[in-house]
Amino acid sequence: MNSMINDSSSATALRDNADVAEALGRTYSAGFITEIEMTGLPPGLDEDTIRALSAVKHEPQWMTEWRLEAYRHWLTMAKPDWAKLNIDPIDYQAISYYAAPKKQPKSLDEVDPALLETYEKLGVPLHERAALAGVAVDAVFDSVSVGTTFRKQLADAGVLFCSMSEAIREYPEIVQKYLGSVVPTGDNFFAALNSAVFSDGSFINAQNTGQFERTLIVAEEGAHVSYLEGCTAPKRDENQLHAAVVELVALEGAQIKYSTVQNWYPGDENGVGGIYNFVTKRGDCRGDDSKICWTQVETGSAITWKYPSVVLRGDRSVGEFYSVALTHHFQQADTGTKMIHLGRHTKSKIVSKGISAGKSSNSYRGLVKMEKGAEGARNYTQCDSLLIGKQCGAHTFPYMEVKNPTAIVEHEATTSKISDDQMFYCRARGIAEEDAVSMIVDGFCKQVFRELPMEFAVEAKKLLEVSLEGAVG
Amino acid sequence: MLKIENLHARVAGREILKGLSLEVNAGEVHAIMGPNGAGKSTLGNVLSGRDGYEVTAGTVSYNGVDLLTMAPEARAAAGVFLAFQYPVEIPGVNNTYFLRAALNAQRKARGEKELDSMQFLKLVRERLKVMQISDELLHRAVNEGFSGGEKKRNEIFQMAVLEPQLAILDETDSGLDIDALKQVAQGVNTLRSPERAFLMITHYQRLLDYVVPDFVHVLANGRIVESGDKSLALKLEEHGYAGLGAGAAA
Repeated sequence: MNSMINDSSSATALRDNADVAEALGRTYSAGFITEIEMTGLPPGLDEDTIRALSAVKHEPQWMTEWRLEAYRHWLTMAKPDWAKLNIDPIDYQAISYYAAPKKQPKSLDEVDPALLETYEKLGVPLHERAALAGVAVDAVFDSVSVGTTFRKQLADAGVLFCSMSEAIREYPEIVQKYLGSVVPTGDNFFAALNSAVFSDGSFINAQNTGQFERTLIVAEEGAHVSYLEGCTAPKRDENQLHAAVVELVALEGAQIKYSTVQNWYPGDENGVGGIYNFVTKRGDCRGDDSKICWTQVETGSAITWKYPSVVLRGDRSVGEFYSVALTHHFQQADTGTKMIHLGRHTKSKIVSKGISAGKSSNSYRGLVKMEKGAEGARNYTQCDSLLIGKQCGAHTFPYMEVKNPTAIVEHEATTSKISDDQMFYCRARGIAEEDAVSMIVDGFCKQVFRELPMEFAVEAKKLLEVSLEGAVG
Repeated sequence: MLKIENLHARVAGREILKGLSLEVNAGEVHAIMGPNGAGKSTLGNVLSGRDGYEVTAGTVSYNGVDLLTMAPEARAAAGVFLAFQYPVEIPGVNNTYFLRAALNAQRKARGEKELDSMQFLKLVRERLKVMQISDELLHRAVNEGFSGGEKKRNEIFQMAVLEPQLAILDETDSGLDIDALKQVAQGVNTLRSPERAFLMITHYQRLLDYVVPDFVHVLANGRIVESGDKSLALKLEEHGYAGLGAGAAA
């Protein structure tokens, strides 16, 4: 049996999308605010907040303790400062850690019409989701999961798919076994904070909310899971904190493909507002012959701090990371991956494409670690940067630690600009400037887009086009 | 169709074209010959609207409109095509996809209906008769990893699909072996028509053995110094540009 337990993979995805991307337009038109009555916790964070949060969610005692332990650990930690990012100080006491719609609907019919309307605006009508061929998406609106399609069909196929809150109540043995087993509560500053306060997201009328999602996917022996995650967040003037944790566990012969298109609000042209996206994503190839593949297209957020990683524990296990990260205006991204090879004949592949425009800064940071037992392990890394304009920056920080002499690590890196020659060639054939840029950028990202499921690839392409508007000329 | 009068143009502050005049009518094939540095490629670039070329005097009228005020993509849509001396690589962008985007952009600009992929495919198959290029080349990224000959043939193939009114071939023959030269020339000959004009910029006479021009012009020191029919090209081959007396490259 497979268990996929998910909390708020931020369902407000741009699905079905040509229209959405167009609707996004030059300004971030997803910047509406939904009027739904909220019950929330007041801003502030201490042990009582956590107990209250846990109580609201009807969690068992062990979960409350788990959170408190994470919180106490977090108090002893300092915010990481090694990334190439300028981050304004965050006042954690000013953040509200829980916001939920008052009504807790049991089926789609009970869902607040205003909420459905929000999906509508984003082009994600719930009823249409079912049409998404074979894809189940856990629709989470800010905090509480309000509807899950295909849940029953999935259950019949042996897949458990539900919100984390439900999982904690209904499948405590699975949650206790796996939660925090890939990303321990004290793993890093933001993961610890997430462990203490994770809920079902937020982003509604509360003044300053954070979003702390938690996703756990366990693929048992021989199972294959393909999971799509897409995000867009309503516009806000202040910077908002998003600190999610995603844990993947692949047992023997299992495969997990986790695809993300991320379009959180990036702030405006002057760098005001936007999301702080501080996410810990890690997969554990726990069984032999297992495989985990991360594919991400990141165009949003004011600041991105994210390193989807794979621990290659099982023999012959495979880890892959395909990434497109685009920054424009004043966006900052420090993103990459870690491939930790423990098992014999493990293989990893990293393809990272960074695109910088405007005054943005885009860094790739990656670690490839071959431990002593990684007999015959191999890694191939390709890391390409594309610069658009003269005021942006691209940086590459590859780290390699090799402790086994039979391991092979390869790294290739390029930095290029969209050349005047390329632009003129396109224009001389009749293609207008902005379309030429999109086409060249799309070509640059091809290797990664190929790894995305079809519907996501189309979306990703549109998203890049929208994100690059005004980048040239 | 094309009327160039007293054209002066600078590149990086240096005057390259110094009063060039030329008239090209539909159906005609004009060869522009001349020594290195005479301004041959500058002429092609100015006509197709490349950045960095500053026109300081003169006019260029194309079908009665001022060509020089038009953006490069507008010139393309109006039927001006430049076959590049050095075709540019665009990694990751499929050759056929690029061509379809170009054709549809032009059609859209002209207010014509865009072609869907089936219609386009049909067109491509048809035009492959003009310029045979392998399927593999069609599906590779634009010019990426193409040999010199493949790049030039790809340019002619693009021309066959885009069907321009005025085709400017900028040293399309350079770097080609004799077989490739013949193929390219055959492609050009197939595309000759009463509605279409060609401006062939070339160094050597040998292309003109295969594509016989109606007019040959000698461009030297930024101006047309001599015009004639195809026999002028043969004369040049024999005596060299220096023999013209009009002054080779200054």
